[in-house]
Amino acid sequence: MAELGEEMGKGMSAPILQVANVGKRFGGFVALEDIMLEVGAGERVGLIGPNGSGKSTLVNCICGTLRNDTGSVTFAGEAMDGLATHRRTRRGLARSFQLPRPFMSMSVAENIRVPLLYTVNARSGSRLAHGELHDRCMELLKLVALDAKAVKLPRDLTQVEMRKLELARAMAAEPKLLIADESMAGLSHSEVEDIVALLIRLNERGVTIIMIEHIMRAVMSFSQRLAVLVSGKKIADGKPDDVIKNKDVVGAYLGQ
Amino acid sequence: MRTPVFIAIQIAIAAALYFSFRAINNDYLFFAGYTVLEFVVLATAWNILGGYCGYVNFGSAGFFALGAYSAIFLYTVGQSVDDLFPESLADVMNLIFPLPLPIIILVGGAVAGLVGLGMGYLTLRLRGVFFAIGTLALAVVLQTFIVNWSFVGGSRGAYVIPPEKIPVFGPYIQFLFVLMLILVIVSLTTARLIERSQLGLGFATIRDDELAAEASGVPTLKLKLIATVVSGALMGMAGAPFPFYIGYVEPGSAFDLSYAVNSIAMPMIGGTTSWLGPLIGALLLGTLQQVITVTISSAANLLIVGMLLIGFVIVAPNGIVGLWQSLAKKWAKA
Repeated sequence: MAELGEEMGKGMSAPILQVANVGKRFGGFVALEDIMLEVGAGERVGLIGPNGSGKSTLVNCICGTLRNDTGSVTFAGEAMDGLATHRRTRRGLARSFQLPRPFMSMSVAENIRVPLLYTVNARSGSRLAHGELHDRCMELLKLVALDAKAVKLPRDLTQVEMRKLELARAMAAEPKLLIADESMAGLSHSEVEDIVALLIRLNERGVTIIMIEHIMRAVMSFSQRLAVLVSGKKIADGKPDDVIKNKDVVGAYLGQ
Repeated sequence: MRTPVFIAIQIAIAAALYFSFRAINNDYLFFAGYTVLEFVVLATAWNILGGYCGYVNFGSAGFFALGAYSAIFLYTVGQSVDDLFPESLADVMNLIFPLPLPIIILVGGAVAGLVGLGMGYLTLRLRGVFFAIGTLALAVVLQTFIVNWSFVGGSRGAYVIPPEKIPVFGPYIQFLFVLMLILVIVSLTTARLIERSQLGLGFATIRDDELAAEASGVPTLKLKLIATVVSGALMGMAGAPFPFYIGYVEPGSAFDLSYAVNSIAMPMIGGTTSWLGPLIGALLLGTLQQVITVTISSAANLLIVGMLLIGFVIVAPNGIVGLWQSLAKKWAKA
């Protein structure tokens, strides 16, 4: 899958996500304008841009949290427009939130149970047995090194651990496409490397991943392709090494 | 504890209560007990939406009154079958009416549940205080509607004359008391089943974070509608026997503020996270109000409920159950 991703710039055969002409305004403010983005199955895409450039708005439009004013979002060949967020999640489109949003009244393990019950079970139409449910929870928590805190409440976790929980909960939905929205903000050097390694492992299992990140080291080591948003417009899209040399991109980041 | 065991224990307690009241042989106990039980049902019903899902409903009185007025409607129809229906239908209708009270309760629950569904749809995008205002407005709209509907008595009210005696139970109030006991068992069992099921987990995700719930695959709208329907239906069922209990109903008494305030205060004081909280809160506050009514005045009731609510919100925001849990944790550590 990884090699396949390298080939996927333009003219992909089977894109898993197609964002076509998506636009979104908040009153007079244009948050997104005519965004085109195709992501191939199995690809690792980085999405970068300065604060306020529309990255999170784009994620919200893809996931159905916000309705795009124009354009369309197609996932796995199916038009997503008008579909509620939970239906998109069940079809395999999962996300983590930029600011962790754990279910505060539930233990860490229960947080993971929610997508297992409401997405994995609902998708397969069968019920995971009680023991199996527990095993899956612990397996996912082990992936992000939270298994020792399974019975803790989110308020007892550190910021870093909450970010890991956020990611584990998104992974629990067994997505085809995972959008990791700034999963690494505030993490130490080695923790960033852990998360990048985790996402790459996930990708090797066939999960397409879009990473939104400010930590360039992480983005550059992770992404096979890089897209850049500035002021609601996509100004570059291509091989990471080429993109960061792009005049417009350098200008946007360092100021003209 | 498995659900059948839970139900069996409830039936045992209910039977013990009923027979000890009978042994004391004072109808006042049944009258006072009925009101306390009515509040147990209302508080439990409110908590399904307010406690589990985090949607504060200020319109409990509206749902309660819907049950009461459904009963009045059916009673009035039963009283005047010959006037209302053409002769060809009257014979059939005379077989159906007057409806037995348990059926009236079910109809009251169905009507209130349906309105709950409507409320869920209308207030779809409202959260927090805006949802609360919406539900309050709904109660006002319903009251205005009832005031202007003369068939059920309009603003002048309606009389319902229950039979004095009834087979098996004797005095009618004892029959009403038993019906309310059954409703308590139904509502507590429903609440506990929800709590321990996937539905309860889904409700909790709505209370905690609706966006994260949707992103985890929880169909929040559907779950919210289930909660408004179940909660509304139980409130309606609590209200349906009310006209038979009180004998005369006017909009002011059926839509009384005390129903809305009590059904919020009781779960808040008892604790909103489990079925036990509303039960404890309602038994405590309900009994207290009955005592105050006899010793001081019924006018002091709301004042005292209000003061207790303020006190609990400050001192024990998680109610008696929450207070107990945190104390137990402390003792376990010590």
